[in-house]
Amino acid sequence: MAGIDLKRFHRAFFEESFEGLDAMEAALLRLDPAQPDAETLNGIFRAAHSIKGGAGTFGFAAISEYTHVLETLLDEMRAGRRAICAADVDLLLRASDALRGLLQAARDERVAERSVADAIHAELTQCLQGAASAAAGKAAAATTAPAAGWAIHFAPHPGLFASGNDPLRILRELATLGDARISVRDAALPAFAALEPETCYLAWDIELRGAAERAAVAELFAWVEDECELRIEPLAAGADLADAVAAPALAAAVAPPRALADGAPRSEPRGDGASIRIATAKIDAMIDLVGELVITQAMLQQLADRLDPATGEVLQQGLAQLDRNTRLLQEAVMSTRMLPVEAVFSRFPRVVHDLAARLGKQVRLHSSGESTELDKSMIEKIADPLTHLVRNSLDHGIETAAARVAAGKDATGTLTLRAAHQGGHIVIEVADDGRGLDRARILAKAAERGIACDAAMSDAEVWQLIFAPGFSTAEQITDVSGRGVGMDVVKRNIEALGGRVELASCPGQGTTVTIRLPLTLAIVDGMSVAVGEETFILPLSAIVESLQPQPEQIKRVAAQGQVARVRDEYLPLVALHEWFALPAVPRAAHEAILVIVEAEGRKLALQVDALLGQQQVVIKSLETHYKRVPGISGATILGDGRVALIADVGEIVRLATRAAAA
Amino acid sequence: MQAPPSASPAASAAVPAAEFLTFTLGGEEYGVDILKVQEIRGYDTVTRMPGAPDFMKGVINLRGTIVPVIDLRLKLRLDDARYDAFTVMVILSVGQRIVGMVVDGVSDVVALDAGDVRPPPEFGGAIDTRFITGLGTRDQRMIILLDIEKLLSAADIGVLNEAVAQAA
Repeated sequence: MAGIDLKRFHRAFFEESFEGLDAMEAALLRLDPAQPDAETLNGIFRAAHSIKGGAGTFGFAAISEYTHVLETLLDEMRAGRRAICAADVDLLLRASDALRGLLQAARDERVAERSVADAIHAELTQCLQGAASAAAGKAAAATTAPAAGWAIHFAPHPGLFASGNDPLRILRELATLGDARISVRDAALPAFAALEPETCYLAWDIELRGAAERAAVAELFAWVEDECELRIEPLAAGADLADAVAAPALAAAVAPPRALADGAPRSEPRGDGASIRIATAKIDAMIDLVGELVITQAMLQQLADRLDPATGEVLQQGLAQLDRNTRLLQEAVMSTRMLPVEAVFSRFPRVVHDLAARLGKQVRLHSSGESTELDKSMIEKIADPLTHLVRNSLDHGIETAAARVAAGKDATGTLTLRAAHQGGHIVIEVADDGRGLDRARILAKAAERGIACDAAMSDAEVWQLIFAPGFSTAEQITDVSGRGVGMDVVKRNIEALGGRVELASCPGQGTTVTIRLPLTLAIVDGMSVAVGEETFILPLSAIVESLQPQPEQIKRVAAQGQVARVRDEYLPLVALHEWFALPAVPRAAHEAILVIVEAEGRKLALQVDALLGQQQVVIKSLETHYKRVPGISGATILGDGRVALIADVGEIVRLATRAAAA
Repeated sequence: MQAPPSASPAASAAVPAAEFLTFTLGGEEYGVDILKVQEIRGYDTVTRMPGAPDFMKGVINLRGTIVPVIDLRLKLRLDDARYDAFTVMVILSVGQRIVGMVVDGVSDVVALDAGDVRPPPEFGGAIDTRFITGLGTRDQRMIILLDIEKLLSAADIGVLNEAVAQAA
């Protein structure tokens, strides 16, 4: 074999690195500079350390070099040799962004845009050098300059072996750094009969003489430091008295961040062992197969129904059981695509942190219901609309600290993200306690923009104006929001997912935007309708009502246009067979069924031949092997194995009303 | 694997030795590269696609995947496009896409050497030879070899772009 092709491991490396970066970012945002939590710092350090290691292994020298500086800085921080301030956290956040950029470039095999990374690299280096020369002064110099040696106290926790670490290996490597004198402390060793062979009872004191750097020594313990008591102190060489005095002083001055050895509870239980990584394509294939199984099962059922009940009884029982099992299997497989909404919520602490700083506002972010599950593809698609809403709330909703105090509110504004299941839907709320919507201003703006409105509108109707295309109430265009593409895009995106947006606001108390979404994109509640020989599925969420019209309800306008009068409203009437250019027996509208559908606030009457029934259908893509077809959002497979097309009601309404307007 | 039959005339003159699935269309025998054939099925109900040309019969359910079906007889403007017990669909896998092709009947698998294949004759524009890579001869039978990528891209399924991207 001519060497192993490392490329096939790259994907795993990048996935892990991005996860590491996410964890790093989350930890940085959690980090309180005044009281750094040792475990949080360690977490950040470990993430950087693994990325550096991986990058080195796979030959991404630039990344590994860059991460090295970051790692060194983090190491200083967690060793307590550097006090941490808010500016440091900010620098580290920007550094993690730059690292993400480098990783993305490497993943896409592009040439990385180095300027940002280089600038941050320089800042980090400067920060490091500053540390070496600053406050810690002579003592710091003593720790970085090769001292006469190190006194190391290493007391593993009893469970060390369980994590696969071997103290002997560490000791052996330690011996390669210099002249090591190792003494063992066996005070904890029980009588032989009581000895648990998988428990570590021993502790070691090591005197390491030589020119090894502290970092080199600490590195050996990097993987076990959570599981041991570890002290590394400069060895007091007789000649250098000043150092000997300074060292303990330093230890006292910059107290090591709350050491883990005091049995502090781990902040997050890790569930690593409980999950495995599977390619989405595999899961999708499984969902397809299960869908097929459901259809096959339905087919068998239909066949069995034709048998004489007397002979077919046992078969029927078996089929009933198959039916139950298939449905359970389908549910189980579907649930594998579900992810906690945390996957998208987790980006907001950073967004809020950055934005609040940029806008000069004080904002606290609360989120709840992060564990609510949602289809993976849905999660990807709600991220942008949600980000938009959060930005809007920060920019337009929450006031500056001064304005808040003047209004008698807490200077720090609160932004709340809430997710919860409600029936077959997930409801996500973005709420702020800001100034609320300004009715007068919205009306004025709408009038100015030529959006139909009048002063007698109810509040709810006024709030709806915000969703009109081209509406943005920001007094000045900021780089945060207010580029004119606003809430209308949010609303359109959410509706494209089969969801709804609602808005509630109270002047001076805040605004709440509620998004209601179906749990999955893979399934839609549909009404099957017959058009000629074909069956179409209309999404139930778009249907307002269906009715059998009286002849006098149908009116002809101009040459071809027809309208239907439904409850004092004249709705444009579209015959589906004409729309889809299908050969169908032409029949007058009043002999057919009208399905009133609504999308983007506009209603339309669709003429179909018959309603066949309501069912949940699995959405299949047409584009995989064919192409996008106007007015069709996908296809599904009916119980008899035939394909039915799913009508894209939004698009039909859009095209039909535009055609009518033209 | 499958080097897509190249578009350049020089290359089409020298089709490499390969096996072809042959089928009949309006009395003539046609062939496609067997490596592109996924399976052969009987013709059954097709769901019509709105706004599609006549040769685009619609879509079928191929074990859970929605696959478009083209009637090759209509595409090649053969008069007699009947649907009877012998009408079959050849399911082809081209690039990442899967497409069904309706033909009158499947006959054989033949191996053709480069020497058995002649370049398509020039009809002087009267007849569309764009989809033909060559004419093969076997036991006095003439087999018209089809360029599936071109045929499908002309059928507006967007396969050509992918095929070109793969070749590049």
